[in-house]
Amino acid sequence: MTRSLLETRGVIKDYAVRVLHGVDLDVRAGEIHALLGANGAGKSTLCRIIAGLTRSSGGTMTLGGETYSPRDKQQAESCGIQIVQQELNLLSTLSVAENLFFNRLPRRLGVIDRGALRRRARVALDRIGLNEIDADTATGTLGVGQQQLVEIASALDRDCRVLILDEPTAALTGDESRRLFRWLDELRSQGVGMIYISHRLEEVTRLADRLTVLRDGRTAATVAAHEVSPDGMVQLMTGETSDESSHAGQWRSHAGSHSLLRVVGLSRLPMVDNVSLEVRAGERLGIAGLVGSGRTELLRAIFGADRAEAGELYLGEDPTPRRFDHPSAAVAHGMAMVTEDRKQNGLLLSLSLLINTTLCSLDRFSSKLGYLHRRAEASETARLLESLETRCTSIEQAVGTLSGGNQQKVAVAKWLLRDADVFLFDEPTRGIDVAARRRLYRLFDSLARHGKGLVIVSSDLDELLETCDRITVMSAGRVTGTFDRSSWSRDAIMRASFAGYRRSGEEVA
Amino acid sequence: MKHQDVGETSPKRSVRQTTSSLLASSIPYVGMVAVLGVLVLIFGLMSRNFLSLTTLASLANQIPDLTVISVGMTLVLIVAGIDLSVGSVLALSSAVVGALMVDGGWPLWAAVPACLLAGAGCGCFNGVVSVYARIPSFIVTLGMLEIARGGAYLITDSRTKYIGSSVEWIGTPMPGLFVSPAFLLAVAIVVCGQLLLTRTVFGRYLVAIGTNAEAVRMAGIRSEPYAISVFAISGLLAGLGGVIQTSRLSSADPNAAVGLELAAIAACVIGGTSLAGGRGSIISTFFGVLMITVLQTGLAQVGASDPTKRIITGSVIVVAVLLDALRRNWGKAHD
Repeated sequence: MTRSLLETRGVIKDYAVRVLHGVDLDVRAGEIHALLGANGAGKSTLCRIIAGLTRSSGGTMTLGGETYSPRDKQQAESCGIQIVQQELNLLSTLSVAENLFFNRLPRRLGVIDRGALRRRARVALDRIGLNEIDADTATGTLGVGQQQLVEIASALDRDCRVLILDEPTAALTGDESRRLFRWLDELRSQGVGMIYISHRLEEVTRLADRLTVLRDGRTAATVAAHEVSPDGMVQLMTGETSDESSHAGQWRSHAGSHSLLRVVGLSRLPMVDNVSLEVRAGERLGIAGLVGSGRTELLRAIFGADRAEAGELYLGEDPTPRRFDHPSAAVAHGMAMVTEDRKQNGLLLSLSLLINTTLCSLDRFSSKLGYLHRRAEASETARLLESLETRCTSIEQAVGTLSGGNQQKVAVAKWLLRDADVFLFDEPTRGIDVAARRRLYRLFDSLARHGKGLVIVSSDLDELLETCDRITVMSAGRVTGTFDRSSWSRDAIMRASFAGYRRSGEEVA
Repeated sequence: MKHQDVGETSPKRSVRQTTSSLLASSIPYVGMVAVLGVLVLIFGLMSRNFLSLTTLASLANQIPDLTVISVGMTLVLIVAGIDLSVGSVLALSSAVVGALMVDGGWPLWAAVPACLLAGAGCGCFNGVVSVYARIPSFIVTLGMLEIARGGAYLITDSRTKYIGSSVEWIGTPMPGLFVSPAFLLAVAIVVCGQLLLTRTVFGRYLVAIGTNAEAVRMAGIRSEPYAISVFAISGLLAGLGGVIQTSRLSSADPNAAVGLELAAIAACVIGGTSLAGGRGSIISTFFGVLMITVLQTGLAQVGASDPTKRIITGSVIVVAVLLDALRRNWGKAHD
């Protein structure tokens, strides 16, 4: 039992920057090994390397004592390594049976053997207790939790020595989770090694034999699960308690007293649950939390990109309760939002810097009849992009040809030109280089100095600790804590980040 | 920091580029003019009659209705829609003119607005249904293709209504001038369309919506009114095409313009308009119209049979799009 089934030694991964600095992990046969860490600690990257979805840049792996270095997912699967990722990879119009056996459908003379397919699907579904699901149902008609279970069943039906589960219970009901756990117990007794990632620390206590904590791309500790409490786990993830080092590089606060935006009881279930917060003039409010805790959804609900189901917004001194049903209404009331996904909804990648920059300010650059003053547009765009130190050859260049950091500057420039009272930033520095990041921090500072209110969602806690005046923590859709500079610590913020999951975790266990 | 990299300069220099000369802005059309020139040359060599005033007059006579319809189609394609109903809407509008003038005894000046209104109405319907019900415009306008055609038959009792000289002047070359009022009108619409597309807020929004509607929404712009307007404009221009065609035939023919939507789409695509939205130019579309018309007229003059004509026209469309795609990829690789 003590011999390693899967072992990684000094695994390194470089993207634009190094994200894994030498990770050691060993998983034994017949154990559930929890993998813990804060956002960006490297859990997903490590799992992707093990599952053959990406290749490591250094280090070694062994599987059952032999060197293991999968070229791709196929090879990993043939070695008996299966991964169930958080996002669903099912084809919703195909039947459950077809999805279960998608790349190995039973065939006779090239024609799908429906009978065999149905029989084998039945066995696979019954095994994980999905007796009530008809194998012929279109997968898209199932609930998300059931789809997740089908996905797990699909991984399990193959020859499986190591199973990687990334947040498998995120979409499951308590009942479904319990069913999953029983089944994982059985796999354990069959000698399968499992890597288990979850925000729900009580689950980890209930399930795992041992756990490994990653911190900043390094292995921080590997301990037996019964030796450490959920609080202890959080502490391992943060490192030392009350780390003061980040406070040194803080930006000066410009927070005033009068309120610019008050959010009261905003809800859009299940991702945003009764959230209240306030942003004052000149204030930078950070929103921390784990990935998937509802922070993006909160910003979208505030901005009117998604319709909130309940709650009100109050702007400035105005006592009128509002709720925006379209971003245009939010913009008209002095809000701006720099979105997380530049490609999807932030920029018009194939169009020029100029068109992107002036898109929401065209009324300023046109006559009453809508005739554009292109010269004014061009000079304003050039001035603004230059002040943001944007690297480009021409403002007629397609914005998609720029680097991530420069794209982000264009996305921000668009709202600077338009101007607003409250700026919502969703992961403003994701995927951008250090120089661009520093430039954005300076911009946050200058906006605050001019009395703007900023709401900054970031998965990089250091960033929030450095730039923000206050930090509100979201966990499982709820606000689980708000800290100001005098009261915050990494430890407290991390604990709050897990708090929402712990309550629901107890229900499950 | 900036000075280290020679390849990248501050954006200031580019300000000059935006206020560039007419010459620079006409560069994209050079290729199309060249292809057009080659076509004319080939037909000129193959048929002694091709390079004549008669041919030119015949071309100028045929172009206007396809041109105005293609202008509307370009705008629709730019917002990532499609309008399959334009041929039928043209016939319906023409039927309205015929019915009002022949049966109702209306004068031309009263019948034309009614006809344009009919066209714009059909377009509005297309736009409202496809935008608010989120039904692909392909389906909605396919429905309208049948509805409008049926309407045309109903109004005319399935018979061609002869109107005569009171409408003919629109399509007849003006005394002293070589071209007809319809031709001038079509050219004017091309110019206005191009200005609308490149020089106005409206046009800017169309390109943005066609490129990424979600990003436009997140920029705080309601795109629905713009998308609907585009379909209304397409319908209106189809109505105008109806007037032009009526004048050319001296009558309202409910069978007119069957398949014209496909010629219009072909003209747009030859001109480099993307069916995926976000890219297109009215001037280029006009060149596309010229190419298709020259090809058809030329092939007819050299005595090509109808099957041959179709095969060649189809091939030219495919080759034109292929060349455009190659040019674009080449441009991307050498950016």
